[in-house]
Amino acid sequence: MDLLRFITAGSVDDGKSTLIGRLLYDSKSILVDQLETLKKQSKNTAHSDIDLALLTDGLRAEREQGITIDVAYKYFSTPKRKFIIADAPGHIQYTRNMITGASNADCIIILVDARNGVVEQTRRHSIIASLLRIPHVIVAINKMDMVDNDQVVFDAIVEQYEALARDLKLKDVYYIPMSALKGDNIISRSSDIPWYKGEPLLSYLENLPVSHGYTHTPSRFQVQYVVRPQSEDLHDYRGYAGRVSNGTYKVGNAVRILPSGQTSVISAIEVGGKEVTEVFAGQSVILHLKDDIDVSRGDSIVKLGELPRLEQEFDALMCWMDTKELQEGARYLLQQGSRRVKAIVKEIAYKLDVNTLAQQPSPQTAALNDVVKVRIKTAEPIAFDSFQKLSADGTAILVDQTSNMTAGALLLQ
Amino acid sequence: MNYQLDYLDQLESEAIYIFREVAGQFEKPALLFSGGKDSITLVHLALKAFRPGKFPFPLVHIDTGHNFPEALEFRDNLAKSIGEKLIVRKVEDTIKAKGLKETTGKLASRNALQTFTLLDTIEEFGFDACIGGARRDEEKARAKERVFSIRDEFGGWDPKRQRPELWNIYNGKINKGENVRVFPISNWTELDVWNYIRREKIDLPSIYFSHEREILEYEGQLIATSEFIRIDDGDTISRKRVRYRTVGDMTCTAAVESTASTIDDIISEITATRISERGETRIDDRISEAAMEDRKVNGYF
Repeated sequence: MDLLRFITAGSVDDGKSTLIGRLLYDSKSILVDQLETLKKQSKNTAHSDIDLALLTDGLRAEREQGITIDVAYKYFSTPKRKFIIADAPGHIQYTRNMITGASNADCIIILVDARNGVVEQTRRHSIIASLLRIPHVIVAINKMDMVDNDQVVFDAIVEQYEALARDLKLKDVYYIPMSALKGDNIISRSSDIPWYKGEPLLSYLENLPVSHGYTHTPSRFQVQYVVRPQSEDLHDYRGYAGRVSNGTYKVGNAVRILPSGQTSVISAIEVGGKEVTEVFAGQSVILHLKDDIDVSRGDSIVKLGELPRLEQEFDALMCWMDTKELQEGARYLLQQGSRRVKAIVKEIAYKLDVNTLAQQPSPQTAALNDVVKVRIKTAEPIAFDSFQKLSADGTAILVDQTSNMTAGALLLQ
Repeated sequence: MNYQLDYLDQLESEAIYIFREVAGQFEKPALLFSGGKDSITLVHLALKAFRPGKFPFPLVHIDTGHNFPEALEFRDNLAKSIGEKLIVRKVEDTIKAKGLKETTGKLASRNALQTFTLLDTIEEFGFDACIGGARRDEEKARAKERVFSIRDEFGGWDPKRQRPELWNIYNGKINKGENVRVFPISNWTELDVWNYIRREKIDLPSIYFSHEREILEYEGQLIATSEFIRIDDGDTISRKRVRYRTVGDMTCTAAVESTASTIDDIISEITATRISERGETRIDDRISEAAMEDRKVNGYF
């Protein structure tokens, strides 16, 4: 059995929480006592029926305001797959929370209200999906019952979205007409929408291929922690603990340590205390090197012939996430996986309008939720690949040095 | 070679990654160990993350004084068998030192009081990160919490000001006085934990398995009789075959009737059950819809 992480996005009343509630309810992941609480809460609000949306709104403020503020994680499984849902807020002011949920997603479900078609939020969420390179997009055209399950309405929205998908170069887009409230085309195909010949949502999610963005080459590994027992019997033991973020490593591979540039050979590999000869992307492992050289946290161990870039000045697309504005020339800490270096935002080249994709040149500052192109200089070189080429090795964050807030999400270019 | 990880392998690898981030980012971390299956699973994951090295943190247990004796015995044996340091701080001592008022009533619980002892312990040792076994599937407020959850000087959680947490990048930078609660098994469900315990053959305290015990039936819950709860005239007390789905205090953890005596039996019971783990067994969550959120805001785990 494998694991699929997906995020749901949509405008305030598109029925996003209802859709999740429906998936959990119909896959029997809601249990009796949770249903009881739900009934009790539904009475406390204006709703007469059970309000499935209340299942996902976990904070008091969210229930009071009837909106989602922060991403909530929900879990369900079918015999085929375990699913992790990131239920993300739709409001523009909570975009940073949406990005938190989107950053690890294999798939995004974008809800569109059949009565409204593609709106500003649909565009913004699609742009985020495209920026973060979420591999699969499902456009859930919801509330079909409110438009008499009319195929003409569905086709018009599909046509509208296809234009957007072309602009954004979204690769894998699937369209499903549905009613989350009534359960149409969620678990099984609805007889009320007989003209739809595609798959209902759940079976589509169950069969979606997932690669988690991994590729066979290049191989990438960053040291998180050096294991040194320093006991009498293991006096010379030095293990470099970390997770393989792409590719594979084998005993005998010739490797280079970055940024130092020293070379060595992998002499042994351990997984959970057992020696193995090969490891691959996704595994947390310990690597041993033949030579006793200086390797510490944040260093990359890569194969000769598969070198990443090693640079001190580079461009990045950045989503700004702090309420404190970004000023050109400001200093931050840059964290890339387990490596931290000092950084300066040398230049803000342009601001991307997330509704029109238009570029506004030289904005000089960036505010919360802005997407900007920046040039960054670091105190020491970092080893990375461009996010376009290898998403697993092309991300970083900026951390404010006084508040310690995670202030910017960087897609390295 | 098959380059695909099974879902349990993925969850395990993610948890180990988080453990190693804690080791790499903090000066004085601690693993909060309750004696329950989730924290026992954490210890198993820490062994995989750090062996043959020592843990870069001690195990810390906040002892309410209302623990199941079986869980305490298990705790001591486990710490000894893996040769790691165990620190125990008692709620009893905090009550005496601070003149705290104990809650009264039939099932007087020290659940709220243990937050005082926890915060004192964090201060005493200067812990900057506390690793815990909370899972997001347990409860609605937990479903919203980050893996690295920043707490202020008072241990408080501010749900509206959580840091964004992106990709595999965990930002554990804090100012003096603040600390971070870290949840490596955030993305595991109850069933995932049981499946992992089965796969890895992890030992558990005996009370997780079916046993006979004297039980008070109170408001539909099965509560073990002990010196910590008040028995009134007219109470129904009987001997029943029960097991525990979660292990907390004797006063706020309820048992379920069960004949499940192996992990396989337990997994089939959980797969069939229609009641959630906390709903069935945690009396402390029943106070209000926001019971957990409120406790977290005040420094609870």
